[in-house]
Order: sequence, then structure tokens, then C-alpha cells
Amino acid sequence: MPQSAEKILDHAPLFREPEYRQMLAEKKLNFECPHPDQIVTDQREFTKTWEYREMNLAREALVVNPAKACQPLGAVFAAAGFERTMSFVHGSQGCVAYYRSHLSRHFKEPASAVSSSMTEDAAVFGGLKNMVDGLANTYQLYDPKMIAVSTTCMAEVIGDDLHSFIENAKDENSVPRDFDVPFAHTPAFVGSHVDGYDVMVKGILEHFWKGQERTEAGGTINIIPGFDGFCVGNNRELKRLLDLMSLSYTFIQDASDQFDTPSDGEYRMYDGGTKIEDVKKALNAEATLSLQYYNTRKTLDYCREVGQATASFHYPLGVQATDELLMKVSAISGNEIPETIRLERGRLVDAMADSQSWLHGKKYAIYGDPDFVYAMARFVMETGGEPTHCLATNGTSAWQAEMKELLASSPFGKDAQVWPGKDLWAMRSLLFTEPVDLLIGNSYGKYLERDTGTPLIRLMFPIFDRHHHHRFALMGYQGGLRVLTTILDKIFDKLDRETSETGVTDYSYDLTR
Amino acid sequence: MSLEYENDGTLHAKLIEEVLSQYPDKAAKRRKKHLSVAKSGDEAGEEGEVVSECDVKSNIKSIPGVMTIRGCAYAGSKGVVWGPIKDMVHISHGPVGCGQYSWSQRRNYYVGTTGIDTFGTMQFTSDFQEKDIVFGGDKKLEQIIDEIEGLFPLNNGMSVQSECPIGLIGDDTEAVSRNKAKEHGKTIVPVRCEGFRGVSQSLGHHIANDAIRDWVFEKKDVEFEAGPYDVNVIGDYNIGGDAWASRILLEEIGLRVVGNWSGDATLAEIERAPKAKLNLIHCYRSMNYICRHMDEKYGVAWMEYNFFGPSQIEASLRKIARHFGPEIEEKTEKVIAKYRPLVDAVVAKYRPRLEGNTVMLYVGGLRPRHVITAYEDLGMVIVGTGYEFAHNDDYQRTGHYVRNGTLIYDDVTGYELEKFIEGVRPNLVGSGIKEKYPVQKMGIPFRQMHSWDYSGPYHGYDGFAIFARDVDLAINNPVWGLYDAPWKKSPSRGRAMAAE
Repeated sequence: MPQSAEKILDHAPLFREPEYRQMLAEKKLNFECPHPDQIVTDQREFTKTWEYREMNLAREALVVNPAKACQPLGAVFAAAGFERTMSFVHGSQGCVAYYRSHLSRHFKEPASAVSSSMTEDAAVFGGLKNMVDGLANTYQLYDPKMIAVSTTCMAEVIGDDLHSFIENAKDENSVPRDFDVPFAHTPAFVGSHVDGYDVMVKGILEHFWKGQERTEAGGTINIIPGFDGFCVGNNRELKRLLDLMSLSYTFIQDASDQFDTPSDGEYRMYDGGTKIEDVKKALNAEATLSLQYYNTRKTLDYCREVGQATASFHYPLGVQATDELLMKVSAISGNEIPETIRLERGRLVDAMADSQSWLHGKKYAIYGDPDFVYAMARFVMETGGEPTHCLATNGTSAWQAEMKELLASSPFGKDAQVWPGKDLWAMRSLLFTEPVDLLIGNSYGKYLERDTGTPLIRLMFPIFDRHHHHRFALMGYQGGLRVLTTILDKIFDKLDRETSETGVTDYSYDLTR
Repeated sequence: MSLEYENDGTLHAKLIEEVLSQYPDKAAKRRKKHLSVAKSGDEAGEEGEVVSECDVKSNIKSIPGVMTIRGCAYAGSKGVVWGPIKDMVHISHGPVGCGQYSWSQRRNYYVGTTGIDTFGTMQFTSDFQEKDIVFGGDKKLEQIIDEIEGLFPLNNGMSVQSECPIGLIGDDTEAVSRNKAKEHGKTIVPVRCEGFRGVSQSLGHHIANDAIRDWVFEKKDVEFEAGPYDVNVIGDYNIGGDAWASRILLEEIGLRVVGNWSGDATLAEIERAPKAKLNLIHCYRSMNYICRHMDEKYGVAWMEYNFFGPSQIEASLRKIARHFGPEIEEKTEKVIAKYRPLVDAVVAKYRPRLEGNTVMLYVGGLRPRHVITAYEDLGMVIVGTGYEFAHNDDYQRTGHYVRNGTLIYDDVTGYELEKFIEGVRPNLVGSGIKEKYPVQKMGIPFRQMHSWDYSGPYHGYDGFAIFARDVDLAINNPVWGLYDAPWKKSPSRGRAMAAE
């Protein structure tokens, strides 16, 4: 009997005990009708070949293990970055359960959102009644300052019109006439979560800015961070830098406090976020900067329409990308970049110089959202690494062109390949046929690590199987240090593992590296 | 080891009144039917005494805008019933999200070479685009099935799990499945589990069960020599290895588990099920439909059982053994005796650390009643419980488990659950990922009771030991005592005990 009260074995060791191993072997043999082992082995080996890769990359319809989510997730994340705002997703209720679970599993935090709970009858007659009742219930139960409405694909397919539904609901006194109910249509069959983020932020800005007079306040800047699983660390770090520059700025959408509430006995359904008054005032800013271009294409168009200057970045991470952000901020505001920041920059460069021999020539596969992949490829090249495979399931042809331009700008990018629209099963073939030293992505990459042996570094949403990484910044010079250290740890841990066999490889088990 | 206690029904009735007062009138009227306090019921017969009545309405539509915790039919079919069948490819048919959010989240353990002969922890999606909505997705589905055949030739079948748009745009997934199954000589099962169908996951279970009946049973000649002690385990999804910790006991008492539905299952195990002598059903809610069908059509009897905690395990083993007669009964007594020292040691170790602690539960369609005795075996007290998607027959069964005065909440809303927990302040809450962090912020220990909080198994004797350990480590961790800054005066919470 393997179990005892003294030493309780849970699943990982328990099922390796002889009783269970025998039981499972017999189950397979007698009841599962499995394929013969040789056939399984042959197929496994075949999936490692160039021939399989060609079939795999030639897929036109099937998507396997994609690295993207659907629009409403982005909208729910976006809404979480505004003061006392409840997400109200119009359509089937299961979707909302999924967004909440997904966000909670990553942030290890509460994630609130409500659904209009449409069912068959709403599919036939439309969901107006659900909107009218739903807004009234949400308003009364959860005491929000704003309700941000987005849609599931069900509501989109039947063609519910949010604008008129919300007007109807206000006519029926579901919420007071002057209560803020911005909205965005977020069909799951268009784009991905980064687009849902875009249209929700745009919807909120339009709600507050439309018809308002703009009086430009020179030198003031709006910052839109984009969908970012590391918003907790990143937004706080960026604010620190901008404060050091004495900048007058507003974060438009900031979920850093919402997804990092303290444990002190009180559950805060709402915390932090951009104040509604600040959203209104942000119309007057001289410029709006987007930290993630592919998350804000429509929003930036709108900002230009109202007369603001705009600029966009690709997840400012590493040395040059941070330089560019700060110089842009300095150029708009007229404020100089202080010496303390120059010293910080020097410290990051110093660290990179100290470790360069371990990083030079290392090959990487990078996947994730388009702006993140751009940023990581750029930083990897700054360290002398080669971004061999750059993959974004939600990457467009415009992203591909930008990536190619970036890679062409450095000798370290000359062998790099860009894979827009491909998924992680395609990545599996790439890793088998053109192996790399390190894989950068999110928790889903662990299956690639298992199958191909490529060490995985988790730097991208979602991270389910490691805790608290998102609490630390990746952006800015400080963030660069964090990314650098994370990559180095992975390299050293692997080297130690490979050189730790006593009397065989441990001559290289060096104390100092 | 049964406990005698009564809960504070007056407090619970007051809490219900308070939450209802916060709703708009129309919503309050609807929610009122879902909340109650268990009352002493009539003594009942052999199935155990009915200790209370849980008089709530259930399995009706959630109210819009109240933050229901429920999911959808797709979650019930792909997530629960079909997803764990390991040697089939399950296509999430529609936009990318549903498959993405449910990818690898149910912890249905299995053994196999993933991507080669098993496909459990993978996300196959047709990733619908606008043109698929406009022009229909049937052609795309045909191509997907062909591509799966090319890239994953060792799959033993496929299922097509419809997401919301499929039913709305009028695709004919049945015709595609029928044609492609013929062409490839494979089982291909269309499941109409669009998320807008029904009121919760529950209809998805039913639709998934019906799909097995209509698209799997009697479709192939099943070569299988049936034996006298053949049983199927139905409704065990092998979360954290639950089905394995159960199987080992059933084999020890002399039974032959010829199919496990659907944790760690292969299609072959589903196909041969009608040849077994008895269906043992754990999750009644999600799979009673197919058990009734097998009973009516093939004469396979079915029996509910409960492998949570030693009291229920013993009672269930004996009940199962009775069905097979003296030989099995004798072995069963030996098995119970064999595990008794383990049970005694676990209870001796943990009961003093947990005695009298109060628990509130809110889970799916089975565990809100099934796990109750396991807590009581550790000396703990259940003060409130409720289901996401139970039906009336589940609440009737709950009466066998809960005590007078227990707070009962059906399809609870985020607001209600928060207020109930605040008002009751139990020592432990057992619910899901969406509930975990709000509860912990309040300083109340929490265990996820869907995923076993990444632990498990909890079924069987081996599982009970893990369950006891996990409950102890949740309640007796020192972190609960650190919530208040010492320069801010407030009553202290928590009472840590070092692990033994």
C-alpha cells in the first residue's frame, strides 16, 4: 500500500508506485485497444522530420494550439483598467465564466465581469430584454461608476445593436440617463484579444470625448499600455520613470492595481484604474502614446481624429526601445531625461556587458502577441542573440513586414524567420527541424519544452504554472534587467543540470560562471 | 464517524433576506426561489436517512447581469464529457476563444504520447473568421477533418464540439461528420453543444450523452468477451487521478473495470460499455442520461456510489459488493479492513487539527453533496452548500447529506456568495477559481473543489489522505494570521499550526 499518514503522496509520486504502474499497464493492455508501440514510436519520430513540417505548415483550415484568445477577453481586460468599472458582456454566459477564469489563473486575483445570459429565446428574439434587465441588476448589485459593454460571438451573429439597446435600457430606467455605459462590438471571429482591447478603449474614449471641445494642454501625454499580462509590474515601473521626468501624463487604461489588490481582510471588487475625470481631461492632451501598436490601431486613429499627436511603440523593452520611448516623451514634453535615468540605463548595459559571453550567438524561438514578439526579438539581438523563429498567431502581414525590417537592421537577425498566423503545433515542427537554444513564450509553451527539450522562458500572458512573474516589470531599463536575469538563469540552470553527473560531466560544474 | 450537529438556520434566513433586499424587485422575486435553509425532513429508508429538505428551484435560467458563476453547454460537453476521451481529437468548432480558455484546465489525467496517440492537453479549433460566419463553415470543417487525418493519423476518432455560431448560421455538422466518417473509416461525432443552449453546463452533459447514444453505440462490431464481474465506471473524469484511485479499489474487491467514462478513456472503452454487467455512476448529474439508456436498451443496471471519504467509501463498496454476491462481499470486507489502519492514521493525524471547523461549498452538480461526509470524517461541519447546475433530483439527494439549518444556494450570484461568506465567516470555502481569490482576500482559507487546487486525487482511500492533508494545509497555514498590520488594531484571524 503506497499511501501512509506519515508521508502522504499526491498524484505526482503516487501513480509512480508499483501498484499503480501495474494497474495502468494492465488497463492499457486489456481495455484501451492501443496502437502497437512501434507504430506510435514511428509516428512520433515522423513528426520530427522536414517532411512532416511541410505538411504541418501547409495546413489551411485546422488550427492546433494557437497563441491567441478572442476579442472579448481583451475588452474585459481593458475595462478592468478604469475606475470602478464593471464589464458587462452581452451574449452567452459561459464566455464570461471563461474570461474570468482565464484572467484569475494568470494574475492569481479576482476577475469580475457579468453576462447578459442570453439563451435560445434570446437567439430568436434578440437580447434586448437581457440588456435591459441585466444593466439594472448590475447597476444595483455591484455599485459601479461605469459599465463597459462588449459582446460575445452569439450576440454578434444575431446582430444585436449595442448602441440602441443601451439607449433602450436607459429609457426603461435600468441605469440613470447620465450613467456612463460605453460599449464596443467585439466579435470573436475577427482578430484576437488585442483587437478587443483596442475597440473597448476606443469605445470608452469616444463615449467621453464625442462632442466635447478640445483645448490642447501642451506637453501633456496620454499613455495607452495595451493588453499586457505584466501590467502590474510594467505600469508601475513606467510611472516611476515618467515621474522622474516630471511628466504630466495620464495612463488611459491601467489595470495594475485591479489585478494586484492586497490581502488585508477586505475584498475589493474594484481598485485603482484610470479615473473617469482623467479620461475626460485626457482629450486635451497634446499627444497619445501607445506602448503596443497592434493593440491600439483604431484607438490611435481616433486620437488623431480629435486632433492629438500620436506615437506608438512595440512593448518598450530593452535598451534601444526604452531609449526611444523616453526620447519621444522628452521631445513632446520638453522635459529632459534626468541623469538618474541615464545611470539606470548604464546599469542595464553594464549587466549585459558582464554576461555577454553567455548570450552571444544563442538562438531563440519567440512567440506571443505581435508587439511582444517584436520587442523580444529586438532585445535578444541587443544581447548578441539570434531570434531564429518569431511567431505570432495573431500577427498580420503588416506585422510580418515590420518584423522583417527590424531583423534586417541587425546582423543577428539575418537568419531569422517570421511566422505570422502560425500556431504552436507549427512551432513544434520548427523547433524539431531548426532547433534553438531557448524558447520564449507563455505557459502553453511547456508542451513544446516537453516534446522538443527546448528550455521555456515564460514572459508572456498567460502564465498559469509559475507564480508572481507578472508582478515584476519587463519594460524600461529595470525591466530589461529582469528579462536579462531570467534568460541567464535558464541558461545557467541548464548548464548546471548538464554538468552535474558525478565523475562524468562534473568537471565542468564550475563554481563561477 | 458521523457527526451530529445543527446549523444556525435563523442567521442563514436573515442573510437570505438581506441579500434579496439589495436586488431590484423583479430579480429579488426570481432569486428568492433559489435560496433556502435546509429543514428537518422525514426519516427515509434504505438509501440512508433523509435528514433535511432543500427546498429550492433549480435548473432554470440565470438572471442577466448578476454575475452567475455558471458556464455553458459547450463547457459541459467538450469540457466535461467528451474532452477527456484521450485517443480522439475534439474539435472546438467555431471561434478560437472557447477552446483556448478550456485548454488543459480540467486536469483530466491520462497516459499517452500527446500529439501522437492521445490528444487530451491540446487545443484543436476551426478558428472561425468572418467569412466562415457569412458563408458557413461546413467546407472548412471537411478540410479540418482531412488535415487531422493527415497530421494525426493515429487518432481513433473525432468529435465536433459546436460553439455558439454554428447553430445560429445553420451549418450541417451532422452531414459533414457522416460523410467524413465514411470516407476515413473513423468515428466522427457531431455534438450540438452550442453555448446558448440550455441554462448552464448541464444541458451540454445531456447533449453529449445523447451523442454517445446516437453516434457511438452500435456503430461498430465490438469484439469483447464479457465476464461476470465487468463494470463501467461512469462519471469519473480522473481529475488529478481520481479514477485511478477508485479503479484500484474496484479491482481489489474483484471487479473488472472494462470502461472508465470518461477520464483516461479510449473510444474502445465507450463502445464496449453496453456489454458490462453494471454501471457504477459517480457524477450522477453529468452522466445519468446514458446510464438510464443503457439500462433500458441493454439491461445494464446502474448504481450511484460515492468515493469521497472513508464513511462513504465503505458504504459504497459494500453496496456494490452486495450486487455481486458473497464472493465479492468477502473480498470487500478484506479490502475495507486493509485500508482501515490508513484511515485511522489519517483521521488521528488531522481530525484534531480540523475538528469543528466550518465549511461552505459551492461547486457544480455533484460535489456540493458528495464531498460533505469526507469533511465530516475529519470532524468538520458543513454550514452551507449549493450547486451551479443541479436539478431537482440533486437537491433531493442533498437531503441525505446536509443538516438542519444549512444554508442552501442554487446558481448563486457573486454578490450573494460574497455576502453569505462575510455573514457566516466559515473556516474554509470550497469552490472554483473565480471564487478563490475574493474569498482569500477576506482572510478565509479556500480550496478549489473543481480542480482540487492542482492537487489530487481525492477519490478513494489514497485520495482521502491527500484531501485531509490539503484541507489542513489550507486552514492551518500561517499566512492567515499576517493579514493585519500590527500598527492597525483589529481582531486577529487564523490560527496556524505547523505541518506534522
